[in-house]
Amino acid sequence: MSRRLGTGGSWIDRSKPLTFRFDGEEYEGFEGDTLASALLANGIIAGFTSPLLDRPRGVMTAGPEEPNAFVEISEPWFDAIVAATMVELVDGLVADPRAGVGRLPDAGEMASVDAAHRHVHVETLVVGGGLAGRRAAAAAAKCGDRVMLVDERHRIDRPPDGVTVLPRTTALGVYDDGYVVAHERSATLERLWHVRATRVVLATGAQERFVAFAGNDRPGVMLASAAATYVERFGVLPGDRVAIFTTNDSGLESADAVRASGADIVHTIGVGEDPSAAIEGVDLLLVSGGWNPNLTLWRSMGGGLRYSRRLATYRPDNVGPPWLEVVGSADGDGLPGSQAHWLEPADDYSEHFVDLQRDQTVADIAQALDAGLVSVEHVKRATYIGTAIDQGRTSGVLAAAIVNQLLGTGPDAQGPSGARPPTVPISYATIAGPDRGDLLDPIRRTRIHPWHEEQGAVFEDVGQWKRPRYFPRDGEDMDPAVARECLAVRNKAGVLDASTLGKIDVVGPDAGAFLDRMYTNRMSTLPVGSIRYGFMLGLDGMVADDGVAMRLGDDHFLLTTTTGNAAMVLDRFEEWLQTEWPALRVYCTSVTEQWADVAIAGPKARDILAAVGADIDLAPEAFPFMTFRDGEVAGIPVRVARVSFTGELSYEILVDGRRGLELWEAVMAAGAPLGITAYGTEAMHVLRAEKGFVIVGQDTDGTVTPDDLGMSWIVRKDESDFIGRRSLRRADSLREDRKQLVGLLPDELLPEGAQLVDEDTGRIPMPMIGPVTSSYLSATLDRPIALAMVERGRSRHGETVYAPLPGGTISAEIVSPVLYDPEGTRHDD
Amino acid sequence: MLLIRCPWCGPRDEVEFRYGGQAHIAYPGDPEALSDEEWANFLFMRDNPLGPFRERWYHVHGCRRWFNAVRDTSTHRFVGTYRMDEEPPA
Repeated sequence: MSRRLGTGGSWIDRSKPLTFRFDGEEYEGFEGDTLASALLANGIIAGFTSPLLDRPRGVMTAGPEEPNAFVEISEPWFDAIVAATMVELVDGLVADPRAGVGRLPDAGEMASVDAAHRHVHVETLVVGGGLAGRRAAAAAAKCGDRVMLVDERHRIDRPPDGVTVLPRTTALGVYDDGYVVAHERSATLERLWHVRATRVVLATGAQERFVAFAGNDRPGVMLASAAATYVERFGVLPGDRVAIFTTNDSGLESADAVRASGADIVHTIGVGEDPSAAIEGVDLLLVSGGWNPNLTLWRSMGGGLRYSRRLATYRPDNVGPPWLEVVGSADGDGLPGSQAHWLEPADDYSEHFVDLQRDQTVADIAQALDAGLVSVEHVKRATYIGTAIDQGRTSGVLAAAIVNQLLGTGPDAQGPSGARPPTVPISYATIAGPDRGDLLDPIRRTRIHPWHEEQGAVFEDVGQWKRPRYFPRDGEDMDPAVARECLAVRNKAGVLDASTLGKIDVVGPDAGAFLDRMYTNRMSTLPVGSIRYGFMLGLDGMVADDGVAMRLGDDHFLLTTTTGNAAMVLDRFEEWLQTEWPALRVYCTSVTEQWADVAIAGPKARDILAAVGADIDLAPEAFPFMTFRDGEVAGIPVRVARVSFTGELSYEILVDGRRGLELWEAVMAAGAPLGITAYGTEAMHVLRAEKGFVIVGQDTDGTVTPDDLGMSWIVRKDESDFIGRRSLRRADSLREDRKQLVGLLPDELLPEGAQLVDEDTGRIPMPMIGPVTSSYLSATLDRPIALAMVERGRSRHGETVYAPLPGGTISAEIVSPVLYDPEGTRHDD
Repeated sequence: MLLIRCPWCGPRDEVEFRYGGQAHIAYPGDPEALSDEEWANFLFMRDNPLGPFRERWYHVHGCRRWFNAVRDTSTHRFVGTYRMDEEPPA
């Protein structure tokens, strides 16, 4: 049965009929309708059910406060759950009722177009396109402001000139210093607006209040003003035999509007009469319990409330941030005075609904109070009132008033519970916008990356970098590939793309003195042309990073950092230089990406370098370990450093990044007859673990001192200060039972992170003595190996410890962390 | 999101900055001369007032300069920002 009137409806265009589907049936509406108005026009009064009690429900409001009529939209866009009162009708719309709970969509149902994010700056942002909002926007525009006006409805009547007007746009949250996030959604576009405004005007209006009486949730019960809205904007008369229950004059005005459209007003009920008795004889019961200013956004920014006896509700106290103001009916202006009537007295309150979307009644509130709760916030959490999609728009003030009444504390004792963003649900995909997949985080690739890809390398993420983990040949899995790569380094030569190492250029007359303060060993005495390995500690004395310093000149160093810590180290340098030692003349520049780094390691490394063609004297006496030389390799200007992270003879060739690939290919070509093998990060990890070289951040966790690692030699013993020095004397740093780095020879491969125990009692918990930090199959030693941080570990070499694991217990012998070439002769042969 | 006035760049969004904790805690001239307790106080103990607080900020995604600010912790309002070599605003 059609409830569309023959005339009227200021928002609809009767010349433009639209077809839509609801709950599997096809219906018609007009352009300008909301889904709710179109459903009412088609006579659908009870198309919904309640989430917990399965009671029939109908459209109760005409706005965002709707607690009943929720739908999933599947065409022409996807929305998991939205109020039908806020859905603009479009041709081909497909909607299905949802009982207050959305459904997680399959990936294929998701919007295929990313929500765009827009950032704008304005002098004035007005939230709400009603009379007060339009006036505020027009006045600001007249003063020359850039003005934006947003409104969640799909239509803004008589929009002011000179103002950016965004209908269909919901302000989700107001944040510090005039930052507002708003969501714009239509059938054809979705945008998230980030607005920074000098001044934010909340013209968010007011909404009619509900009253708790028996059966107040039944289909056909509607807010009085909503019925008037359906008549005036959409030409829809929601009922013919109508009763009105009101605490204020506005209810009578709404009833007049309904009567003028041909309805019979059969009962007019005021405070003192029970409206539930009137339900049976009518098809529409209008309710007006007064008006509440919409203050969700105001309160989310810390704005307070004050009780108004005239309105029998809360108004803003206007004590908020200076850039935020509330105008119009949101401020209480022009609202009708109302009797304070929340609750129809009864013996049984189990059908006096307070929060329809949570199916919670006055009886539920009474039960929470009986349990001893007195705070509105606690009642909210006990009953979930106000926690549903509508966020308590209809129930918040009502629930607080009922708590006050049942406790006998007076109507202004406690206001409604707190509100926070977002004001309406928003999908994570919208928040992410285009920042997902490959755009989630920058992807960094080295200059040599194309070669790795061509060779079918398997990559791993190291920070933002893509690094080759291994280079499988002929369908190899990881283990055989890594074993082959490791053996190549130990027996012939391997080459690693080390370009991702952080590199910082440190220049200035005080560079040496500065680095002395930042590192545990002395850098200022390093001769030009030499290299020194160093630790950087935190102020707490714990290892923060390691790397090498190359002295390029009296006032010029090149520092390397671990791949993942490059930004942290540079930030730390800047922090100390700017905040503590501004007098030091030192300048730091990140040069990580300016240099490519081709690291050749293995007994044939020198032969390969010679074969590539180097104009540098490679004889050990002329070019010893821990020095560097500038020259040319394969005709390319380079800086060659003799450092070793594998224990083997090694040359790291630093080259202008733009020529990195060219140099790499020259090295591979010249090295091929000598058996050169490209290796990845996994082999690098195994090779360094065989030598007991730690990786900061893997074998350390921010609680490890140099001495814990058995590396006291790296800490200088003279009088001069460096960051973290004093902390090495703290009682905790000197504890005898500290965890210390050890090697492990386990029965079988240990999982990294496994906790070790002295004795496997079979009963949990067992005292844990430390974690396995690194664990690999060593091809060189032909057995599994591990590094671990074990209590008093250094004095326990030769003892057996156990790792109880779900699949059985693995035992391991504690040994020195240096498992291969303990004399350290191979890097220097 | 706070709007923070970098002394070099002007007002910028909070996401461009990194917080640096309480300001005006000088690194001790001679850490070795301090007792364990004095050193621990320097390392770990910070004020946590309700009201104006002098704190450090780093414009990490901007000019990469450190600066100081006075911010009211109860309202998030910045009384002012100032360079490392300047006196705090009254």
